[in-house]
Amino acid sequence: MAGVRALGVLSKFTSRRYASLSGTRTHVNYEVKGDVAVVRINDPTSKVNTLSVQMQTEMAEVMNEVWANNAVQSAVLISSKPGCFIAGADINMIQACNNAEEVTKLSQEGQKMFEKIEKSPKPIVAAINGSCLGGGLEFAIACQYRIATKSKKTVLGTPEVMLGLLPGAGGTQRLPKMVGLPSAFDMMLTGRNIRADKAKKMGLVDQLVDPLGPGLKSPEERTIDYLEEVAIEYAKGIVNKKIPLRKEKGTMQSKLCYYIMSFELVRNQIYKTVHGKVMKQSKGLYPAPLKIIECVKTGVEQGPTAGYLAESQNFGQLAKTPESAALIGLYHGQVACKKNRFGTPQREVKTLAILGAGLMGAGIAQVTVDKGVHTVLKDTTLTGLSRGEQQVYKGLNDKTKKKNITSFQRDSILSNLTGQLDYSGFENADMVIEAVFEDINIKHAVIKEVEAVVSPHCIFASNTSALPIKDIAAASKRPDKVIGMHYFSPVDKMQLLEIITTEQTSKDTTASAVAVGLKQGKVIIVVGDGPGFYTTRCLAPMLAEAVRVLQEGTDPKKLDALTTGFGFPVGAATLADEVGIDVAAHVAEDLGKAFGSRFGGGNVEVLKTMVDLGFKGRKSGKGCYVYQPGLKVKEVNPEIGEILEKYKMTPNPAVSSDSDVQYRLVSRFVNEAVLCLQEGILNGPLEGDIGAVFGLGFPPCLGGPFRFVDTLGADKLVEKMRRFEAVYGNQFTPCQLLLDHAKDSSKKFHK
Amino acid sequence: WNLNVQTKSKKTLARPGVKNIVLVEGVRTPFLLSGTTYADLMPHDLARAALQGLLHRTGLPKDAVDYIIYGTVIQEVKTSNVAREAALGAGFSDKIPAHTVTMACISSNQAMTSAVGLIAAGQCDAVVAGGVEFMSDVPIRHSRKMRKTMLSLNKAKTLGQRLSLIGSIRLAHLSPELPAVAEFSTAETMGHSADRLAAAFGVSRVEQDEFALRSHTLAKKAQDAGLLQDVISFKVPGRDIVSKDNGIRPSSMEQMGKLKAAFVKPHGTVTAANSSFLTDGASAVLVMSEEKALAMGYKPKAYLRDFVYVSQDPKDQLLLGPTYGTPKVLERAGLSMSDIDVFEFHEAFAGQIMANLKAMDSDWFGQTYLGRKSKVGTPPMEKFNLWGGSLSLGHPFGATGCRLVTTVAHRLQKEGGQYGLVAACAAGGQGHAMVIEAYPQ
Repeated sequence: MAGVRALGVLSKFTSRRYASLSGTRTHVNYEVKGDVAVVRINDPTSKVNTLSVQMQTEMAEVMNEVWANNAVQSAVLISSKPGCFIAGADINMIQACNNAEEVTKLSQEGQKMFEKIEKSPKPIVAAINGSCLGGGLEFAIACQYRIATKSKKTVLGTPEVMLGLLPGAGGTQRLPKMVGLPSAFDMMLTGRNIRADKAKKMGLVDQLVDPLGPGLKSPEERTIDYLEEVAIEYAKGIVNKKIPLRKEKGTMQSKLCYYIMSFELVRNQIYKTVHGKVMKQSKGLYPAPLKIIECVKTGVEQGPTAGYLAESQNFGQLAKTPESAALIGLYHGQVACKKNRFGTPQREVKTLAILGAGLMGAGIAQVTVDKGVHTVLKDTTLTGLSRGEQQVYKGLNDKTKKKNITSFQRDSILSNLTGQLDYSGFENADMVIEAVFEDINIKHAVIKEVEAVVSPHCIFASNTSALPIKDIAAASKRPDKVIGMHYFSPVDKMQLLEIITTEQTSKDTTASAVAVGLKQGKVIIVVGDGPGFYTTRCLAPMLAEAVRVLQEGTDPKKLDALTTGFGFPVGAATLADEVGIDVAAHVAEDLGKAFGSRFGGGNVEVLKTMVDLGFKGRKSGKGCYVYQPGLKVKEVNPEIGEILEKYKMTPNPAVSSDSDVQYRLVSRFVNEAVLCLQEGILNGPLEGDIGAVFGLGFPPCLGGPFRFVDTLGADKLVEKMRRFEAVYGNQFTPCQLLLDHAKDSSKKFHK
Repeated sequence: WNLNVQTKSKKTLARPGVKNIVLVEGVRTPFLLSGTTYADLMPHDLARAALQGLLHRTGLPKDAVDYIIYGTVIQEVKTSNVAREAALGAGFSDKIPAHTVTMACISSNQAMTSAVGLIAAGQCDAVVAGGVEFMSDVPIRHSRKMRKTMLSLNKAKTLGQRLSLIGSIRLAHLSPELPAVAEFSTAETMGHSADRLAAAFGVSRVEQDEFALRSHTLAKKAQDAGLLQDVISFKVPGRDIVSKDNGIRPSSMEQMGKLKAAFVKPHGTVTAANSSFLTDGASAVLVMSEEKALAMGYKPKAYLRDFVYVSQDPKDQLLLGPTYGTPKVLERAGLSMSDIDVFEFHEAFAGQIMANLKAMDSDWFGQTYLGRKSKVGTPPMEKFNLWGGSLSLGHPFGATGCRLVTTVAHRLQKEGGQYGLVAACAAGGQGHAMVIEAYPQ
C-alpha cells in the first residue's frame, strides 16, 4: 500500500514537471493535483476563450497526455479567465473556409473531439464560470459532469441560430438527450442565454457553486480557485462512485415527460408544432432553425450516425448561406458599435438630468438609473412626473418579479432617481437630455432655461427624431456642447441609439454622449446632422410609400403581411401605429418640406385626417388598427376605410404585384440609406446596416440595406427602381452611389 | 510590580475630563437550547429573571437606577418594549423609564453603550442594560394576503361584505410567514454567507470542527471549574431550577466529521456542529459612573472604555465585523494588540471566527480592504475565548453582548490582566468592538 502511494507521489511529481516543461503551449495547460488533472484554458490573445484552431490542437494534445497518464484518474476542465469559460467557436475560422465541404469538415473534427471527450475513460468535470456558449456549451455537455458558478456572468446557451448556424459539434444530438426535446428546441431555436440556476433545474448542469466575496485574494480569483477545489472533489467522488453520474431521482413531471417522449406520435407532434412556430415567426426566411429541427429529428429518429452526419452537412451548408453572412455581419457590426471611437471623455457623467417624463424621457431614465448614475427626471406637471416615475418603478419591479434583481436591489437602484418639477440641483448635472415635445420653439425655450442653471461643462442632448440639431443649437450659447441623442421606443427594449453631431459639436461632447449610451447598454451609430438624420430619413420614404399602397386599396393587414413576408419583424402599418400616426404625419410633413417631391408618394393628408379623428396609433387605442387592452388580436380600424376611400388612387398593375409592392417599399428605404452614405451623413455602411436593423427593424436576414445591395446586386435593384420610376417619377430615382455600384459589380459596401 | 503591566502602551485609559464608567455587576440566566426547559415562557420572563438575579446579586434598591435598556432581535409583538415589561415584572420602580434597542447580534452591546452614553452625557448615573432572546417561540404571522383580508374584515360594515371577504380566502392565504432567517437586503441566510466567507478565506472543514471542539472543551472546563460566575439560578415556573447552560457538548472530531453541510449543500463546510445553536437566554449588567458606584459602596469589576461600531458589505463581508472593529478600537484607545490580555470574540460560526482570524493575519486584506499598511495581526489563541464562546455556551442573539463584557471582566480579575477586548459581528454586515480595563483590585 505504502509502495503504491509512494509511486503515486512520484508520478504526480514527474507529471507535473512534464506539464510545465512542455511549456510551448499557450492556450491550454494542465496540472495534476492528487490524481486529478486540472486542465486550464486561457487564450492569452483575447478577453474571451474561443475554440480556435490553436485552442483545439492544444486541447487535443493535453487530453491525450491526460488519458495516457496513469497517475491521473479524472480531469477538471476550467478556464483561468474570470467571466468566460468558452464563449464559442472562432467565427473567423468558419468564415475562412472556402466552401461548405470545408466547414463540414470543421464540424466533423469538432464532433470527433467531443465524442472522445464523451467516451473518456476518465471522468471529466467541466467547471464553468462565466459565459459557456455555442461550442463551449457543446464541449461542456460532452463532459461527464458539469459544475457552474451562480455568478451573474455565468450563462449557458447555443446562440448559433442567431448567426444563421446550428450547434455543429454534436449539440443538436446531445442537447435533446440531456434536457429533453422541448427544452432543447427552445434553447437552440431562440439562442437565449440561460443562467446557472435555471440550467441546474433543466438538468444542463449538475451542481452549482456560489461566487465568493473577498478573502485572501480578489473575489474573481478566489471564486475560480474555489470552483476548481470543489470540482476536484467531485471528480474524485465520481471516480470513487460516491457521486452518481446519472440522476436516478427526477421530479414526477420530468419522468412523465420522458415517458411521453417515448411515443413517436408525440415526438412527431412536437416536430410539427415547432416547425409551424418557426415558419410563422421566420416566414421561412431563415434556414438555420429549420435545419436545427431537421438535425434533431434525424438524430432522434434515425440514430446518432445519421444525426451527426446531418448535423455536419447542414452546418457546412448553413455557413455559406447569405443569411448567415448577413447575421454574422450584424454581429461584427454590433461589436464595433459597442466601442467608443471618440476616446474617453474628459469627465464621466455622474449626474444625468432628463427633461420630460413621457414615454421616452422615463425610458431613458429607466436605462440610466440602474447603471449607478444619479438620474434626475424633470417634468412640468405632477401627473406627468408621477406617470414617468411609475414607469421607471414598473420596469424595475418587473425585473424583480422575474427574479433578475431582488426587491432590495430595486429599491437601492431607485434611490438614484430624483423626480422634480423645477431646475433645482441642475448645477450638478453633467448632461441634460431633453425629451420634450417635438416643437422647435419649445426646444429653444428649454435649452435657454437649462443653460441658465447648469454648470459650464454640462452637455445638452436632444432626443429628437427629426428636428436638425443645428436648428436646436441655434438657441444655445455654447453649441459645442449640444448634441443629438435619438433613442427608440420603447427605450428599455430597443438596442439602438443614434447620436447626431453638428459641425460645431466638440469631439469631447461626442465621446461623452457615446460613453453614456454605452453605459446604458446601447448599440450606437454616430451620424451627421440633417433633417431626419439617418434612421428617420430612411423610414420616411418607406412610410410614404406605405401610405400610397394603402391609398391604392391594399388593406393594412395585407400591407403588414407583405412587409413581414420580406423579413421586417413588424409590418409597415403596425410600425406606423407604434411610431404614432401624429409623429409620422409630423415627420412626413417636415421631411417633405426639406427634401421635396422625393419624399412624396402617399398623401400626407391621409395621416393628418387620421390624427384629426384621434387615430394616433397604439397610444390612442386606434390607428390603422384598433387596440383593446388585453386583446392580442387586433382588427383593422373600420373608420380608416372612409379616409382611404376619399384619397383613393388607382394602382398601376405593372408595378403592383406583391413582389413589386415589397420592392417599392424597400428600394426607397435602401436608396435613401445609400444616399445618406453618399452625402456623408453616415460614417460607413456598417453603421448604416446596424442603424437600419436595430432601430427600424430592417430584415436581419438581409443584414441591413447595404449588405442587401451587395447580396442582391446594385444593378438588379437599379433595374427595378427604373421600372418604378417610369410610373411614379423621382421617388424612385437611384442615387449616384447606387448607380456607381450598379455600373461596376466589383464595388461592394462590405468587403 | 507586574512585568506585564510595565510593557503596556498605556498605564490606564483614564482621560482627564472624561467620566470613568464602570461595570458593577453582570449576570445571565443559564443559556438553554431553544425548545428545552424555557419552552413555555415568554421573552420578558427570561429578562425578568436576569433582572431579578442582578438585583439579588447586587442588593440594589429597586428605585436606585435612572434608566433600563434592553436589547433583543426577534420581538414578541405583545411585549415590543420588552425592557419595560421585564422591569415592571422584576419589581423595579415604575418610575424608571425603559426602552428596547435592536441591532442584531450586538443588540445588548448597543444597550450597554447607550447606557455609557447616558452616563457620559450626565443624563444618568446608574443604568441597567441587558439583552434577551427567546427562540422557543417566535412570532409566526398570517400571510400578507390573509392579514389584508382580516383587516378589511374589521372595517366591513354589512354581513354581505363580511361573507364576500371570507369567501375570498384561498388556500394560499393560509400559508404562514415565518420570521426571516435571511438577510433582508441580500436574501441570503447567515449560515450560507458564513460558508461562503469560510471558503473565501480558505478555511477548511477540519479547522472549523477543531475550533468548535475547542470552544466546547474550554466551556466544559470553565463550567466544571465554576468559572462561569455570571450564571444565576432560575426557578422556571412549573419546572425545575435551572442553573447550568445545557448546550455544552464536547464531542470528537470523528463525530463532528460525520455531519453533513447545513447550508451550502453538499460541498459546504458549515455544519450544525460548528455553528452556534438557537438559544433562549437573557443577561443584565449594572453600569454606573465610578463616583456613583463608590458612593453606593460598590466595588466595580471593570471600566468600560472605548468602543466602536463598524459596518460593511452585508453580502460578502457579513460577518467580518471583528476584523474591522478591532484595529479601529485599539487605535482609538491607543493600544496595540499585544496590550490586550483577554480576548472575547463572539463565535457565530467557527468558520466566521477562523475567517476573521485569517483576515486579520493577511497583509493583502489589510491593505485592500482596511486601508492599512499591513495586517491587523491576530489575537494569540492562549488569550482567546478561554471559557468557551457562543458556539458552546449558546447564543441568545440579543443577550450575548453582556455575556462577552461580563466574561472579560471576570477573566481579567481571574487571570490578573489589565485590558480586555470584546468584538462581535452582527447581521446587516455590522460589527462592534470595545476595550475594557480591569478595575484595580
